[in-house]
Amino acid sequence: VAELTRRALIAAGGAGGIAAVLATSGGSAQGQHVHDEAVHAGHGGSGHADFRGGRTVDHAANGFDPHAIARDFDWGRTSRTASGRVLREWELVAIDRELEVAPGVRFAAWTYNGRIPGPTLRCREGERLRITFANASAHPHTIHFHGIHPSDMDGVPGQGAGQIEPGGKTVYEFDALPAGLHLYHCHVRPLAEHIAKGLYGAFIVDPRDGREDAEELVMVMNGFDTNFDRANELYAANSIPFAYMDQPLEVPHGELIRLYIVNVLEYDLINSFHLHGNLFDWYPTGTSRAASELTDTVMLCQGQRGIAQWRFPTPGRFMFHAHQSEFTELGWQGFFEAT
Amino acid sequence: MAALGSRVAGAPVWLLGLVPLALIVAAVALFAALGGPGLGERRGPPVEELAVERTVLEPGVIELTVRNDGPDAVTVAQAVVNDAFVEFTGAEEPIGRLRTATVRLQQPWIEGEAYEVALLTSTGATIAHEIPAAVETPATGPSFFALLALLGIYVGVIPVALGMLWLPWIRRIPPGWLRAVMAVTIGLLAFLAVDATLEGFEIAGEGSQAFGGGALVLLGAAAAYLALTGVSSWLTARRRAAAAGGASGATLALLVAVGIGLHNLGEGVAIGTAYSTGALALGAFLVVGFALHNTTEGLAIVAPIARSRPSPGQLAVLGLVAGGPAVVGAWIGAAAFNSSLAALLFGFGAGAIVQVIVQLAPTLRDVDGRLLHPAAVSGILVGMATMFATGLLVSV
Repeated sequence: VAELTRRALIAAGGAGGIAAVLATSGGSAQGQHVHDEAVHAGHGGSGHADFRGGRTVDHAANGFDPHAIARDFDWGRTSRTASGRVLREWELVAIDRELEVAPGVRFAAWTYNGRIPGPTLRCREGERLRITFANASAHPHTIHFHGIHPSDMDGVPGQGAGQIEPGGKTVYEFDALPAGLHLYHCHVRPLAEHIAKGLYGAFIVDPRDGREDAEELVMVMNGFDTNFDRANELYAANSIPFAYMDQPLEVPHGELIRLYIVNVLEYDLINSFHLHGNLFDWYPTGTSRAASELTDTVMLCQGQRGIAQWRFPTPGRFMFHAHQSEFTELGWQGFFEAT
Repeated sequence: MAALGSRVAGAPVWLLGLVPLALIVAAVALFAALGGPGLGERRGPPVEELAVERTVLEPGVIELTVRNDGPDAVTVAQAVVNDAFVEFTGAEEPIGRLRTATVRLQQPWIEGEAYEVALLTSTGATIAHEIPAAVETPATGPSFFALLALLGIYVGVIPVALGMLWLPWIRRIPPGWLRAVMAVTIGLLAFLAVDATLEGFEIAGEGSQAFGGGALVLLGAAAAYLALTGVSSWLTARRRAAAAGGASGATLALLVAVGIGLHNLGEGVAIGTAYSTGALALGAFLVVGFALHNTTEGLAIVAPIARSRPSPGQLAVLGLVAGGPAVVGAWIGAAAFNSSLAALLFGFGAGAIVQVIVQLAPTLRDVDGRLLHPAAVSGILVGMATMFATGLLVSV
């Protein structure tokens, strides 16, 4: 019995379509059979993709919880300038920190203020903003804001203070312009790595006259490349996969819901947001007061963002997720619980 | 020095042998107790290596048995099948070096489709395993083993027995022709030795490398060669039958049968594994191909006994020794496949065949004492060509 290779045997038996002289013991028929006796556990046996045993990460040990982050808007400290303008100030610190990004999986992250995403900075159009940045990381970093500002406040190497070395400090100061939903992130090379490791956050500039009262939430769509192959192993909104599956985000039914969505996902060309059972008004970048579309799915490249507004007419559970199924089942899915 | 020498000379021999051993143990213990003094802290992240040794597919479940190939313990945190996290059980504890663990992944897999399983470790590393075409793993039971036995008989025992039917013919041919037939036999065996070695290296490369990988093929070959050489010289000395500087015809026939048997054991493992993983399509074409291919092995067994008068019982034993291991191999391959074991068995086969070739070589000598005379060279080439040609039938 020589010259037997398993690959060769497949070809030998299969190519000619010659009748089998030996019956297969299992008696499994040809064609497509879906084998599914699986007892789906997790998310209370919901049948959705999930981590082993429906386990969750230790949010307390991480120092942040995606549920808190979704409603945490950091208005900073305010004072008045000599001319009477509002001066709004924040302190951001770059910190290297090991996080549990999936149950039992540790990731050496780079963070602003120890959390991913960094604080959601919120202000009003026309205010003077002052962000003090201290680099407590072992690597050089910056903060590059999206929005309108002078070139020396752009937070990129070679402009203004440029790259802030470990132990260094700088102050970014500019006017809050324009009204809308923006973001900030580190802009040091290698750029993909500095962003993917966690240095980003949402930056909201409210219009001068404000927006209609609403139940407000923020989601920064992101992922983690835990094995450094420049592809993400984990996908999420606000960092922790399946967090809003394990514990749905509670919102009141009948009331206006305003969701600030920012995509910072590295390594994948696009990301998306899809809402079940409802459609939302979509305001790209939040810069116009007129909705561009009534839809249930929006597609965003990295850095793209927008505001979604809708009302749940009835109580109930409604899913939301990326409408790339791969991202969905690798963590980027959740539930709204309309109460 | 003289004083030391005389003092040492007074000590018992066993003590002199034991002292260095005791010192080695003490030194290692001290080094370990002090945590490797002077070496400093370990640098770099842990090295995580898992090799998938066995894949079992049941309805709704993909089961993987993994072995830790690397120096550090590996903790399997999560599992992904085709880019989706899945529920799974098993491997709750870190898997230590050389230890195995079995994970059962809940996946509604579809027959014939490809799956990529990735195990996500506690450090975020991924261990990927590809299932090229999902097919349900046969349940092991009496009917399963009976089926594999039938398969082994079809591809191992029957063809070898058919090949042995050349015996009456080779009894009647002149000595010069017989030498040529022996040369054909050597050509056949040389082809099998090369084939078994290559197949062994291929299988060794697929699984865990912790036990040596390809080195197991060479170790197996050396072990089989040395063992058969020992058995051969013992048999020769016992029978005191000195046939032209080689072993007797009966001894040679037995050695050839054992060598081919060990080779067929390895092939049986490959067949059993292929069948249990669904990679083996059982067709009439395949069985016919094997029959043509393996009848030549029967010829190799009977050639050395052309001038003696073996009983039908002896012939049956020779046939079983050569062909029967295909059945045993098929059972091993289907029930407990392990690439390290398979590589070792292929090595055994190769080593045994090389030993048989060395034993057969003296029978090629012609009246002038030449070994590689034109008839012998032609015979060897014909043997290799025959194996190559019939081999094509099973590797289309």
